[in-house]
Amino acid sequence: MIPAGGASAMLPLLVSVPLLGGLASFVLGDRGRWAALGALALNAVLAALLLAATRAGPLDYALGGWSAPLGIALGADGLSALFVAVSALVTLVAGVYSLAYFAGGSATGRVFWPLWCLLLAALNTLFVTRDLFNTYVAIEVLGLSAVALVTLAGDVTAVRAALRYLLVSLVGSLCYLMGVALVYRVHGVLDAGALARISGSSPLECTALALMSAGLLLKTALFPLHFWLPEAHASAPAPVSAALSALVLKGTFYVLLRLWFEILPGAAGPGAGTTLAVLGAAAIAWGSLMAARTPRLKRLVAYSTVAQIGYLFLLFPLLGRGPGRAAALDAVVYFVLAHACAKAAMFLAAGNVQSVAGHDRIDELRGDALPGAGTQFAFALAGISLVGLPPTGGFAAKWMLLQGAAQAGAWWLFAVALGGALLAAIYVFRVLARCFDLTSVLAGREAPRLVHVAACREWSALVLALAALVLGLVAGPLLSGIHVPGVPR
Amino acid sequence: MPFTTCGVLLFAIGLYGVLAARPLLRRILAANIMGNGVFMVLVAGAFRPAQAGGAIPDPVAHALVLTGIVVAVSATALGLHLVCRLHELAPPAEDSRT
Repeated sequence: MIPAGGASAMLPLLVSVPLLGGLASFVLGDRGRWAALGALALNAVLAALLLAATRAGPLDYALGGWSAPLGIALGADGLSALFVAVSALVTLVAGVYSLAYFAGGSATGRVFWPLWCLLLAALNTLFVTRDLFNTYVAIEVLGLSAVALVTLAGDVTAVRAALRYLLVSLVGSLCYLMGVALVYRVHGVLDAGALARISGSSPLECTALALMSAGLLLKTALFPLHFWLPEAHASAPAPVSAALSALVLKGTFYVLLRLWFEILPGAAGPGAGTTLAVLGAAAIAWGSLMAARTPRLKRLVAYSTVAQIGYLFLLFPLLGRGPGRAAALDAVVYFVLAHACAKAAMFLAAGNVQSVAGHDRIDELRGDALPGAGTQFAFALAGISLVGLPPTGGFAAKWMLLQGAAQAGAWWLFAVALGGALLAAIYVFRVLARCFDLTSVLAGREAPRLVHVAACREWSALVLALAALVLGLVAGPLLSGIHVPGVPR
Repeated sequence: MPFTTCGVLLFAIGLYGVLAARPLLRRILAANIMGNGVFMVLVAGAFRPAQAGGAIPDPVAHALVLTGIVVAVSATALGLHLVCRLHELAPPAEDSRT
């Protein structure tokens, strides 16, 4: 574990910059938003540098100079760098959106910024830590800050959803911790690198992996453990919903990916991966159907998240061994990136719709009571990426999924992917159709729009939607840098 | 071994409590019991038999449990605060349905 020059010094900074930014914004009160935004911008620069640095190979850093068995190791490879980068992008853009969303000087605004930075610090910790227990702490910090952010909406529904979210989150992380305790019982180490070398397939290890996976699946909201998600994501303030759907679920998914295919690869039987894939397919069907039926816009977007999480698990049987493995990993990573950008854009756009129309009942939305073209365009672009039409990131991900499935001979995945796209088109066009509903305009009684949303709110939704579009064009160069131990390229 | 069994039992009782109990306070307490079960398994694992070069227990497991307790306290505090907020916002007869 030789530190690769000064580049590895970025790893502790990725944790400490958002943390210090959060503390500063808490101390500064009303002016804290600028400290927080500064930290978010600095974190984005660090994330870009990390992305460039990991092209050359993985980075390692021993905290305080204590190396792995005794100290806590940080590390980053191409996979973690991509997760760090997408978190940096979404938190920064949704942060700009929040400048206008939370009124300056309001109590809610003051509480929002420290929590927002804490959320980012927890995410970054999750992506760069190489220690199973440190991962637990990061998961808890992530969960607690997410719950606190949901309550900022302030009404009874939000508080009730937050409490439920908190309990689910606690059960999930405690199941994970029990698994960590068992792994520590067996091997006496918690370092990911060391465990990857010595882990086997003893019954205790299988139990540990099952417990950890159960906890993490609950927090990642894979069907049928998604019951808490629509309420929590739909009742939170718009930028918070964006982060919850785009990033918080991906944090625990990242841990699952590492555990199954790097840290404890022997403990997962072939049947387990197939089970997750079947649940993923069920999630796509159920989430899409509910999204097509729900009367509320934000719930529609939340149910769409339930469906999209299903795609992440579809490829689990292919990731373990055999042909199509590299393509499957590329597809999973790309689903995460494309969904993060598209879903964040969609929630921000839905927030604009809610502010302008005053409600989010889909059937009552009319073309003349919608926010400007920027928001509508953002929603459409994000929707197209979720459906998986070219040239968006969602299309690239689905293309790689089909490639991996073809190489592995898993033809049933074709049916699931195509059916999922059709269902997604149904719920996306259900909303887009409202944008073209100009009946009141044609009848000559167009009312002047009373509420305007700030330009930065329209732009931030559009920027994220465009990012989802651009992802479809840069898939090759972006993915060539992923080196994950155990996956040949 | 008996301590580990107790820990696993506490974990299971707590899990049942979180899932089955209706009153929110009871569910938060049940989550705490679940956590205590995990801590007990960790601490029981720190025991080293005398022949393994002195009977000094594994300090790492204790450090983990201490960190875990801090996390559990913060989570409980947030949970209790949310219950109080719910009592302020909604009539107390209603919140037991959640």
